[in-house]
Amino acid sequence: MRKLLTRRSLITSAALGAGGLLIGCDALSRSPSFQNILASAEDANFLVQRALGDRMELASEYSIADLSPTFRANGTRDPGTADYAESATQGFANWQLKLTGLFKKPQNFSLSALQSMPQRTQITRHDCVEGWSAIGQWTGVPLKLLLDLAQLQDTAKFLVFHCADRLGGRPYYESIDLLDAFHPQTIMAHRLNGEAVPIENGAPLRLRVERQLGYKHAKYVTGIEAVATLDNIGEGKGGYWEDVADYEWYAGI
Amino acid sequence: MTASAEKAEKRHRLTTRVWHWVNALCLLVLLMSGLTIFNAHPRLYWGEYGAHDDYAWAAVGSSQTLGYVRVGETKIETTGFIGNWRDSDGKIQTWAFPGWATIPSYYSLAEGRRWHFFFAWIFSIGLTIFMIRSLFNRHVQRDLHVTRSEWRPSHIWRSLKDHLRLRFHDDGTVNIYNILQKFSYIGVIFILLPLMILTGLAMSPAMDANWPWLTDIFGGRQSARSIHFIGMLLLVSFFIVHMVTLALAGPFKQTWAMITGGKREGSADA
Repeated sequence: MRKLLTRRSLITSAALGAGGLLIGCDALSRSPSFQNILASAEDANFLVQRALGDRMELASEYSIADLSPTFRANGTRDPGTADYAESATQGFANWQLKLTGLFKKPQNFSLSALQSMPQRTQITRHDCVEGWSAIGQWTGVPLKLLLDLAQLQDTAKFLVFHCADRLGGRPYYESIDLLDAFHPQTIMAHRLNGEAVPIENGAPLRLRVERQLGYKHAKYVTGIEAVATLDNIGEGKGGYWEDVADYEWYAGI
Repeated sequence: MTASAEKAEKRHRLTTRVWHWVNALCLLVLLMSGLTIFNAHPRLYWGEYGAHDDYAWAAVGSSQTLGYVRVGETKIETTGFIGNWRDSDGKIQTWAFPGWATIPSYYSLAEGRRWHFFFAWIFSIGLTIFMIRSLFNRHVQRDLHVTRSEWRPSHIWRSLKDHLRLRFHDDGTVNIYNILQKFSYIGVIFILLPLMILTGLAMSPAMDANWPWLTDIFGGRQSARSIHFIGMLLLVSFFIVHMVTLALAGPFKQTWAMITGGKREGSADA
């Protein structure tokens, strides 16, 4: 019996088994209906995570001593357009944040207007979907204050964040639902670690939505659009990475 | 228990058998899709943060000419296997784990995550049902419970020596599992597998908001990620030992018993 099982035959059969499995798994991965079955687990994650806690639980906050030495930048490190470059040389004095869509009173905020509103400072951990993390201190105006001024219409269900950068020729955008929009840690941040947000981290204005993964935290935000559905934005999946690489819209896990 | 009831009893109960195979499938998919996720950032840290410029206690190095695994300050060259390998078209790829080890075989973080989370649900539900059922059908108490005599160092030592001599059956006992098997099964089912679920959840930002203590007990998100990875290595080690002992103890008979239930040794007709 023992002689039957040589090392070579073990490796060969394991490789054949793995090969067969992989061909099968790749075929399943490429099948839209199977992808829908797999994606149902993401719906379960969303429902269970939202059901836990009181829905307004804060993400962990840290002390200055916990800051990571560098706050890594990912995705766009510089929007690179002429408009953006010019705005940067002026310290973003002309930067505008436009609240459009399903608002009763659409708004237009300058950067200095946002800076003169009540602020929230939080030291939080940025969790990238790739697996790395960085801890940074963010200061900005709570999104709730902006929404209170602009007053959402009853039909509004999501907020879409429009950005100044393009990745692979497409405009970057992200979206969140209203529960996250009104969360106390959801801020439009303009300071990182006590300084103006660096260009590579999203200057001058970046969304922080702390209970979700990094790709939700849109950089270079120029506009917030209130919508009833995400179907008509981009390819309808709710964000740049969702459209381009099938990332999940809900990025809580 | 009457003799006839004992006679009818299978060596492995239905719950054990169904769970065993469901679990085997889940762990294989979780391992391979987990390697896809790991490939997105093949570095491991301790603490709450860790990114490309921070010190990683373990990392995979990749280039067009070289692949290596570094653990602490020890570098092991793995060119051709990890960090630098040829795909089926003969093209050199520089992501950490090769396509034959990942699901899907091409690089897609989103698809790897979908496979991982879907099978994580099946695995978690399966483990929970198995644990509860095993308490009620007395699998835990009868087969896994370590008896007082088995705790004796001399007994453990004898069993260890038997294993090293490749003798796997305790003669004259009715236990279907020997003490070393019990230790490893208890360790895997009640410690390692739950640890994989908990460290997995501890990496989730929403779970961190809902249950901050969960991330804290592992010492931070990056520590949880490292422990999740080490746990994977332990499970792979368990699998290898499981396969070697299976091969030595009679692979066909043992596998058949795990499919059909087999006959309990030491029962009335023995």
